[in-house]
Amino acid sequence: MSDFDVIVVGAGPAGSCAALTIARTGKSVVLIERGPFPGSKNMYGGVVYPRILDALIPEWWNEMPVQRWVTRRSTMLLTDTQSLSIDFRSDAWGDAPYNGATAFRPDFDNWLANKAVEAGATLVCSTTVTGLITGANGEVIGVHTDRPDGDLTASVVIACDGVNSFLAKERGMYPHTDAAYFTLGVKETITLSKDIIDERFAVRGNHGVDIEILGGTSGVNGGGFIYTNLNSISVGVVLKLPKLAAQEKRPEEIIAVLKSHSAIAPLVEGGTVSEYSAHLIPEAGLKMMPKLLDDGLLIAGDAAAMCLAAGIWLEGVNFAMASGMYAAQAACEAIEKGNTSAKGLSLYKKLLEDTFVLRDHHKLRRAPQLVLSDRVQHMYPALVTGIVQGMFQVNNPIPKPGLRKILKNERRRLGIRTIDLAKDAITGFRSFG
Amino acid sequence: MSVHWPDISFQDRMANSEFRVHERAHIVVNSDSCNGCTTRACVVACPANLFVPTADGGIVFNYEQCFECGTCYMVCNEEGAISWSYPEGGHGIVFHNT
Repeated sequence: MSDFDVIVVGAGPAGSCAALTIARTGKSVVLIERGPFPGSKNMYGGVVYPRILDALIPEWWNEMPVQRWVTRRSTMLLTDTQSLSIDFRSDAWGDAPYNGATAFRPDFDNWLANKAVEAGATLVCSTTVTGLITGANGEVIGVHTDRPDGDLTASVVIACDGVNSFLAKERGMYPHTDAAYFTLGVKETITLSKDIIDERFAVRGNHGVDIEILGGTSGVNGGGFIYTNLNSISVGVVLKLPKLAAQEKRPEEIIAVLKSHSAIAPLVEGGTVSEYSAHLIPEAGLKMMPKLLDDGLLIAGDAAAMCLAAGIWLEGVNFAMASGMYAAQAACEAIEKGNTSAKGLSLYKKLLEDTFVLRDHHKLRRAPQLVLSDRVQHMYPALVTGIVQGMFQVNNPIPKPGLRKILKNERRRLGIRTIDLAKDAITGFRSFG
Repeated sequence: MSVHWPDISFQDRMANSEFRVHERAHIVVNSDSCNGCTTRACVVACPANLFVPTADGGIVFNYEQCFECGTCYMVCNEEGAISWSYPEGGHGIVFHNT
C-alpha cells in the first residue's frame, strides 16, 4: 500500500495545479517543496497570463496576489544609440476577466499552493527530493527525500521539479541538456514610488506595463525586459548560455549597460536595487522537450521545458499550470483504471497535444531559434532602426529617398544578404503567420 | 547620448537577498580539472559571482550566496569539474520580490 495516491515534486505553478486537481478528486496527494515556502526558489521575468486558471479557480482575479494588471505592452528594438518601440494599450486588459498581470512568484506560487492545501493536498516544505524509488519492474513508485526516514511511495509521481529537473535526468528522460537550449535570466527589482512609476510609464491605479526588448544585451544573444510592479520595476536580461560564457561581460554588467541606454535610463534612474535574482530558462521549446511520461512518472512545467520563448510571446507560468493540471488528470484516470504504466498515463500526452500547451509549441517550434539567431539579434534591430532613421531624418537639400532605396542602403551598410533576409522572413511567417 | 549608470558593489547587490546557508556545500568543484581549464566559463557566467580565479590557475568558489540556477554546471566544459545538487530542504536562496 502506497503512502499517497500521487506525489507531486515541486510547489511551483505546475506542481500546485497538479496537486489541486488531484485533491479535488478526493485522492491523496503530497506536494513536496524544497524551499521554506512555495515560490521561495522561483523568479521569472514578471508576467503571468492566468487564463487557464478559469478551469481551476473561478474568478481567480479576485484573490490572486497581483502587482499590476498589464494594460500596455511595448516591444522595443535597441541599438547602441537608437530605439524603436511598438506600443500597444488595451483598456479591456485592465478589467475582469483580465489578460496578464505582474506578480511576484513568492506571492503567486504560495497562493496557488495554498489553494491545493485548501482542497486537501498535503504540503511539505523545506524538503528536497533526492531521487526516485523504483519497483520490481523498473516503474517509479516513490521518491527519496533528505528527511530522516523520508522515503515516500505513491501510485504516480509527477515531477514538477523545475528547469534543472534532476528527476527527469535521473530517469534518462532528458537527453537534451545542451547549454545552447538554455538562457540565463537575471533581473533587478528596483524600488521606485508608485507615483513615479505611474508617471514614467503613463499608467494609473493598478495598471502596468510590459516592455520586451530586442538588442541592448551587449552583443550576447538574448533580450531585455522591464515590467512595472506596484512600487517597483523589474529590469533584466535573458542571455543565451554559450554566448554569455564566450565573452567577458558578467550578467549584472550587461544589465548595467541596458540601464544606461538613453531610452531606458529615464525609466529606471533614481531607483534602488531592492533585490537581484537569477534563474535558468528552458528556451528551445519543442526541440528540447524531454520524454514526458514513463511508468509511474509524469514530467510537467519547466522540468518538461514547457516555456514559450518565441520573441513576441514570452510565457511559461501558464504552460506550467496547464501541464500540471493535465498531468494530474492523466494520473487520476490511470489510478482509477488501475494502470499507472506509461501506457495507462498516456492521456497526459493527448491532453497536451489537444490544447495550447503542445499546439503553441508545435506552431512556434522554429521561433526560439530564429529569435535568438545572430541576424535577428545583431543585424535586424540596426536594419529596422536604420530604415526608420532614414525615413525621418531630414537631409535637405538632398531630396527624400524612397523606402526601397533606404532599405537597399541599410541592407548593404550592414552586409545583410537578400537571400538570408528572405529565408528569415519565411521562417518568421511560418511561425507567426 | 547614453547615460552612465553608477555601479553598485557586488556586495551591495547581494545584500538584499536572503540566504539560509547550510553547512554542507551543495557545489563541489574538482580543482584538478579547473587548473587545466582555459575557458573559465563559470567565472563570467555565474550571476552570483561565486567563482573567482586564483593567481596559481585554480578557482576558488563559495556556495553560500548561490541562486541555485544551474548556470555553472551547464556552461562548464570540463566533464565532472562542477558537481551540483540542491541544498538541503529549507536552505539556500529565499526569493521575495521576484
